[in-house]
Amino acid sequence: MRLSYPTNVKIVKVPCTGRVDILLILKAFESGVDGVYLAGCLEGECHFLRGNLMAKKRVQYVKTLLDEVGLGSGRVEMVNMSSAQGQRFAEVAREMTEKIRVLGPSPVKRSKVEGRK
Amino acid sequence: MEAARDLSKSKIDQPIGAVLVIGGGIGGMQASLDLADSGFYVYMVDNSPTIGGVMAQLDKTFPTNDCSMCIMSPKLVECGRHLNIRVITNADVEGIEGEPGRFSVTLTRRPRYIHLDRCTGCGECAKHCPVTAIDAYNEKLSRRAAIYIKYAQAIPKVYLIDREQCIGCGLCERVCLAKAVNYEESRIVEKIDVGSVILSPGYEVFDAHLRPEFGYGVYPNVVTSIEFERLLSATGPHRGHLLRPSDGTVPERIAFIQCVGSRDSNCGNDYCSSICCMYATKEAIIAREHVHFVKPTIFYMDVRAYGKGFDAYYERAKSEYGVRFIKCMVSRIREQYKTKNLLLTYLNEGGNLVEEEFELVVLSVGMVPSKTTMEMAKQLGVELDGYGYCKTRPFEPTSTSKPGIYVCGAFEAPKDIPETVTQASGAVADATGALSNARGTLATKKEYPIEVDVASEDPRIGVFVCHCGINIGGFVNVPAVKEYARTLKNVAYVDENLYTCSTDTQEKIKNAVNEHHLNRVIVASCSPRTHEPMFRETIRDAGLNKYLFEMANIRDQCSWVHMSQKKEATEKAKNLVRMAVANARLIQPLGEIALSVTQKGLVIGGGVAGMTAALKLAEQGYEVFLIEKEAQLGGNLRNLHYTLEGEDIQAFLKNLINRVTGHPSIQVITNALVVDFSGSKGNFSTGVMVAPTMYYRKIEHGVAILATGADEWKPNEYLYGEDPRILTQIELENRIANQPDEMARANQIVIIQCVGSRNEERPYCSRTCCATAIKNGLKMKELNPGANITILYRDMRTYGLMESYYAKARDEGILFIRYEPEKKPLVSKNGQELTVSFLDRILNEEMEIKPDLLILSSATISRENEELATMLKVPRTAEGFFLEAHMKLRPVDFATDGLYLAGSGHGPKLISESISQASATVSRACTILSKEKILVGGVAAMVEGERCAACLTCVRVCPYNVPVINAKGEAEIDLAKCKGCGSCAAECPARAIELMHFRDGQLWAKSQALIYSIEQSA
Repeated sequence: MRLSYPTNVKIVKVPCTGRVDILLILKAFESGVDGVYLAGCLEGECHFLRGNLMAKKRVQYVKTLLDEVGLGSGRVEMVNMSSAQGQRFAEVAREMTEKIRVLGPSPVKRSKVEGRK
Repeated sequence: MEAARDLSKSKIDQPIGAVLVIGGGIGGMQASLDLADSGFYVYMVDNSPTIGGVMAQLDKTFPTNDCSMCIMSPKLVECGRHLNIRVITNADVEGIEGEPGRFSVTLTRRPRYIHLDRCTGCGECAKHCPVTAIDAYNEKLSRRAAIYIKYAQAIPKVYLIDREQCIGCGLCERVCLAKAVNYEESRIVEKIDVGSVILSPGYEVFDAHLRPEFGYGVYPNVVTSIEFERLLSATGPHRGHLLRPSDGTVPERIAFIQCVGSRDSNCGNDYCSSICCMYATKEAIIAREHVHFVKPTIFYMDVRAYGKGFDAYYERAKSEYGVRFIKCMVSRIREQYKTKNLLLTYLNEGGNLVEEEFELVVLSVGMVPSKTTMEMAKQLGVELDGYGYCKTRPFEPTSTSKPGIYVCGAFEAPKDIPETVTQASGAVADATGALSNARGTLATKKEYPIEVDVASEDPRIGVFVCHCGINIGGFVNVPAVKEYARTLKNVAYVDENLYTCSTDTQEKIKNAVNEHHLNRVIVASCSPRTHEPMFRETIRDAGLNKYLFEMANIRDQCSWVHMSQKKEATEKAKNLVRMAVANARLIQPLGEIALSVTQKGLVIGGGVAGMTAALKLAEQGYEVFLIEKEAQLGGNLRNLHYTLEGEDIQAFLKNLINRVTGHPSIQVITNALVVDFSGSKGNFSTGVMVAPTMYYRKIEHGVAILATGADEWKPNEYLYGEDPRILTQIELENRIANQPDEMARANQIVIIQCVGSRNEERPYCSRTCCATAIKNGLKMKELNPGANITILYRDMRTYGLMESYYAKARDEGILFIRYEPEKKPLVSKNGQELTVSFLDRILNEEMEIKPDLLILSSATISRENEELATMLKVPRTAEGFFLEAHMKLRPVDFATDGLYLAGSGHGPKLISESISQASATVSRACTILSKEKILVGGVAAMVEGERCAACLTCVRVCPYNVPVINAKGEAEIDLAKCKGCGSCAAECPARAIELMHFRDGQLWAKSQALIYSIEQSA
């Protein structure tokens, strides 16, 4: 479909969003990404029965952690889409980018850069 | 000398181990995959330029609303790259010679003007083609170029020139960097030799022009249901926006008119198309999901929601989505000149003529066999029925009139996707039964070089960056990405290719691996979805473990979606390559362990489904155990005597029992109960207790088929059990068979439908009762032509070709009176007098009948199967029927590999349907039993025992119940059962579980590399 979306979205492939654990999301933030979102199957249509529901719970939990450390819960989201919803994929990529842009660069990254100086 | 003659004789007698499948729709694909996976070579012929059939055009599928393309495309890809399936598209079958076991078939391949082996499907040609033609895939609602591919996921992924539209400008030839265009190509005639043939040519939709009163083709806002499907689809003409054709506005009031070209003797189609009620309901629901203010109305004759989960779907459409169902026939449609809105005239429930306005009208067009299919059947010498469907018999639902030629799908009779898939697998069992000793004779097995041990070596990564013609190269600076890759740690070799997927590049990759001692390979190109299996094969050919491969997706996820930002796209491509390198450094080779297979089958249940499965599995050459809990075989069939079509069930049953008990490879164990069960696909072990001595017996087997059947519900309403004149259908049938004279004396007979079905307690349709009521009604008429028979019904669900018997019943004077569930008929007894009272909706008056016989069409209910389900860890529906792995595409598989289900235990069904399903389980089972060894492992979860605290988290979290705590007090995951989702690895609090190929370290490195490279991090 070749629908355009912002270049700053990069994909890490996993077999199922059920594979994505809390630590992996936190590690990503630790290395300085500004936002993370998990794109899973539509609810009730998980290819592995219920991995996406587990991922949803974990994302909810990570949100509370991010609030606690001051990064803000808005930097992580769980979204659901089917493989035929290219349109939605591009939309979500745009929305998420806009949202993160408003939140600004991750303070982790800033401190990393400063640390390196 | 003698021996030599014997040898040559046996060689001539040996059938050919190849099968021709005609039609590449979902049925043809299922048949081909089952055949190829069980040791046969397959020729899959389709007259269209791509396989996929009608299902490729659908947006969603009922009753799960699964995306059609999502569930189908893995099968497309598998057919396209299966070593033992040769896909022959754009081809017609011209004739057949020979006999079963040794056919010679003549094919004609029409030119596509593109070299099949050169075209990479990049699509550059279509971008430059100056012609705009009508796109048939989108039901003529959009445009395409003259050089085109039917849809993005098409297999083969090769373009085609529409020579009728092509102006011969030569642009495509000039822009094609792969030199794939060949204007000179011509027709090719080919002969192939096969042992049997499976017909799966599918159907066409009814031509709506033949019902002129609806104005199709005249009024722009009258569309067919398949056009509407495209309008809803994300890949449709409006990219999934629901817009009406006349002015591109969103239609608010949408009318669906049912039975257009079905149940209509005026156009010659007396039959019911079986699927339209459900697809209209689905389209109404999906339309509502697209646009919340849409108000769909469905004008119907009977709502035929007879399949598993269909009635619940229909009820949900009414209650949750506000879909209005109106029972009536629309007499005509007029268009309003100004608004292009449509005025529908119909008789409402009160009997008044009304006119209602709609913005869009969808005609639910029925199924018809296509003209070309009928022609082909004639060429093959296969008999058709009056409508053009392939003639079959109820007890042999997949056999055509010609031995050695089998049929499945909508060419046999109208049917939906799961029934097509079931029948396809069923046809495979029949088509290969006679070829079983040719299994494996023509199927090729690939030989690979010995794997190089790379575990102790430092990573040496080769990176191949692809231009994909100009698909990537035109937007991403490929040489710059290549040079960047060279700077990354552990990268030992880099190269760039015009098309990395071309055959000569595979050789280049292999040479590079050998010359530069590479032990990891990265291709930066299109998408792992389509190309990863191929590249894995390439490095395996070069002696590397296939998992030592990684892909950087710089086309689908970069150049194609960032066309206007070339600089940023190049930067992103570099990032993606860096991420791939970070991961590749940590990839480990994964072993797949070969487990030997116990090549025996177990069938649980000795009814028609169980016996059919056992017999056909034995005919495939495998030893079978058939266990039955009763003292004798037969199940429900013992109480049935004739089919709707008039076949003798008892004669069939006797013959079947004889064949089963007489077969040397079948061991029948009656009075047996399953008491324990363990193992995984290929190697199960089941314990049974056998009465009357109650001795324990252990059975080792590679697959298990569950065919435990269902029962007729004993009603607790309508005074059942309180009067000898009140019978269920089965009781009536037994009486008709055993005491016909007594039954002939009944003059007033009332039959009540949906007794115990479609209510709150059992919200499903029992599927067979409408046909049974008509069957027994007609039989009673035969015994006593003067009898008055009244059938009180809610919807007559005589789907498919059974519709003609419904018509016959009306012709013979059987009265059909509809009742609403809110106003059920009342049965009372006064002394010896039975009275049935009900509301006649046409006269709008309470009526009374004093019947001599009152017949209750009672529900079909699941048997006590909870214990068995728990033991085998197989799921059940809320109603207690066994639940298949996937409603649409895996209708006879359980989610656990190696376990299958057939018959009424899956849901109520007719004998012919049970036979189809039982045959289907056989061909599914053969995909495992035909192998001496199966490979397990690969991407699976592994437990590090020492870290395990036996907290049971993994046991709880696994969607497939795989982990167990072993004797050492550690979690253990059976590689043969693990599906590799990684849920356990993500939840394990001690991090004792790792998902191979997606280990923590790999994913961390990958997400870290997203921000900075390894060197910088150091």
